[in-house]
Amino acid sequence: MDLLKFFTAGSVDDGKSTLIGRLLFDSESILADQLEALQQSNRKNDDGTIDLAILTDGLKAEREQGITIDVAYKYFQTDNRKFIIADTPGHIQYTRNMVTGASNSNLAIILVDARNGVVEQTVRHSFIVSLLELKHVVVCVNKMDMVNYSQETFDNIHKAYSEIASKLHLNEVTYIPVSALKGDNVVNVSVNMPWYTGKSLLDHLETIEVNEDEKSPQARMPVQWVIRPQTDELHDYRGYAGRVSSGSFHVNDKVTILPSGVRSEISRIETFGQDQQEIHSGMSVTLHLKDNVDISRGDILVNSSHEPIVSQLIEADLCWMDTKPLDDSIMYLVQHNSKQTKCKIREMLHKVNINTLEKIPADTFQLNDIGRVVIKTADALAFDLYHENKQNGGAILIDSRTNLTVGALMFRASVE
Amino acid sequence: MNKQDTTYLDQLEAEAIHILREVAGQFEKPALLFSGGKDSITLVRLAEKAFRPGKFPFPLVHIDTGHNFPETITYRDKMIDRLGEKLIVGYVQDSIDQGKVIEQKGKNASRNALQTVTLLDTIAANKFDACIGGARRDEEKARAKERIFSVRDEFGQWDPKRQRPELWNVYNGKIHKGENVRVFPISNWTELDVWNYIRREEIELPSIYFAHQRDVITRNGQLMAAAEFLNMDEQDVIANKNVRFRTVGDMTCTAAVESDAFLIDDIIEEIKASKISERGARMDDKVSEAAMEDRKKGGYF
Repeated sequence: MDLLKFFTAGSVDDGKSTLIGRLLFDSESILADQLEALQQSNRKNDDGTIDLAILTDGLKAEREQGITIDVAYKYFQTDNRKFIIADTPGHIQYTRNMVTGASNSNLAIILVDARNGVVEQTVRHSFIVSLLELKHVVVCVNKMDMVNYSQETFDNIHKAYSEIASKLHLNEVTYIPVSALKGDNVVNVSVNMPWYTGKSLLDHLETIEVNEDEKSPQARMPVQWVIRPQTDELHDYRGYAGRVSSGSFHVNDKVTILPSGVRSEISRIETFGQDQQEIHSGMSVTLHLKDNVDISRGDILVNSSHEPIVSQLIEADLCWMDTKPLDDSIMYLVQHNSKQTKCKIREMLHKVNINTLEKIPADTFQLNDIGRVVIKTADALAFDLYHENKQNGGAILIDSRTNLTVGALMFRASVE
Repeated sequence: MNKQDTTYLDQLEAEAIHILREVAGQFEKPALLFSGGKDSITLVRLAEKAFRPGKFPFPLVHIDTGHNFPETITYRDKMIDRLGEKLIVGYVQDSIDQGKVIEQKGKNASRNALQTVTLLDTIAANKFDACIGGARRDEEKARAKERIFSVRDEFGQWDPKRQRPELWNVYNGKIHKGENVRVFPISNWTELDVWNYIRREEIELPSIYFAHQRDVITRNGQLMAAAEFLNMDEQDVIANKNVRFRTVGDMTCTAAVESDAFLIDDIIEEIKASKISERGARMDDKVSEAAMEDRKKGGYF
């Protein structure tokens, strides 16, 4: 059994929380006392059935306003897979939450209301999916019960969305007609849409292949911690602890330590006292090198055959996440894996109107703005381009006055 | 071991170890909050995996309500001996004696709420800047939205509206003086994941997790261990039953379930078939729908 992380994008009215509630409910992932609390709650659908959206609306303010304002994580598992759902709000003022949810997912579910078809926010959600480079997209055309389960409606939406998908280079898109409220094609295949011959949503989620990072030729391990027991019997023990963020390492691989550029070879791969011959993306390990080199937290070990870019001047997409606008006169901190260094915003190239995808001039970035900037860092960063390597191509910006995370950066090019 | 279970448990384990090492790398004075429950016992195993053969870069901290199950304390002391790591204990009794909190009265009196004060005092006295805890997002709705690095202000409060975005696996642990961060490495684990992991790793647990005979009373539809702290009266009828505990908290607020699960395989089967979620056996959450959110804002874990 493996793990699939996915996120759902849709607006308040698309029935997103209901869809997740339906996945949990029909896959029997809701326990009795949660169900009891649900039934005792005052919120009911018009026909008196339980409002499944309550299952994901966690915070008081959300219950009061009847909207989802944060990322809520939900878990369920079937015989084939364990799932982590990031339930993110769809309204434009919560773009940053959607970016956050998308950054931690392998797959996106985009909800379209069958009555309204592809609308402005569908474009916005799809843009975020393409910005965060999610390879797998499922378009759920929801509320099919409200359009008499019409195939023509579904086909028209399919066609309209295909144009957006091709504009945004979303190559792997699956279309499923559903009714979250009634349960059609969510877990169980619908009897109301015999014209649809594809899989139900859950069936699709259970069977789709997702493990791109492992196949990457770029082997990367940011060093988090150096293990040095300094006891008598382990006097010379020096292990570099970290999590392989992409690719694989093998014993005797030639590696480069960046940003210093020093080279060595892997002498030993350890996972919790057990020696391994190789280690893959996602695993937390301790590596040993043949040479005694100076390595500390913030350095990154890479395979010498595929070294990343090392640069201080980087072009990146930026999503601004703070209520205080970007100030290009101050220094921010950039955190890239385990490395932190100061940086300045050297240039604001453009912003994107995320409803129309038009490029517009940028003189500042406000909350939820997305666009392209050039940053200059105090220390060089050893990074990959985001579309090739998410873990080593993404970073966050921190405002050192407030310590808040104020921006998400997706590295697109070195300017030098 | 079921081969199918390894992949996702390995992924969860790797994520938790990564988070623990980020704590070590980003903070000056972290601590691991140890309750004696299975989740914090799992954290200890993960810490061994993250830092051995070195020492833990943090002490273990236990907030002792004085109403613990004796089995928990026995387990704790034995474990500390085996690990050779430092243990710091904060006593709720001390907070009571100092007049910082007032012991609740009446039938449902519990020290559970009081331990928040002792916890905050222990954090302040030791100047801890990060406290690692075993909370999981599947336990409760408010927890489902909490970050892995959850910043608390100098009053220990959680502000759900001011949470920092957490992107990829980059965790921002920058804080101001007086603030601290609660860190939850097993946020993405479910109860069943924890049990499967304990089975796979062959981790020893306090005996009360397994079915045993015990004198219990029924209160508000739940089975409570018949302990002297429970302020029992003539209406409380003591019965001897085969029970076990699904969580290990204070004796006054942790309910037992009737069970014949004597072995870990039995427990896993029981949970798979169970119709009551884990926190359902904690009376402290039942007060209102927003009970957990309110306690978290006040500094509770």
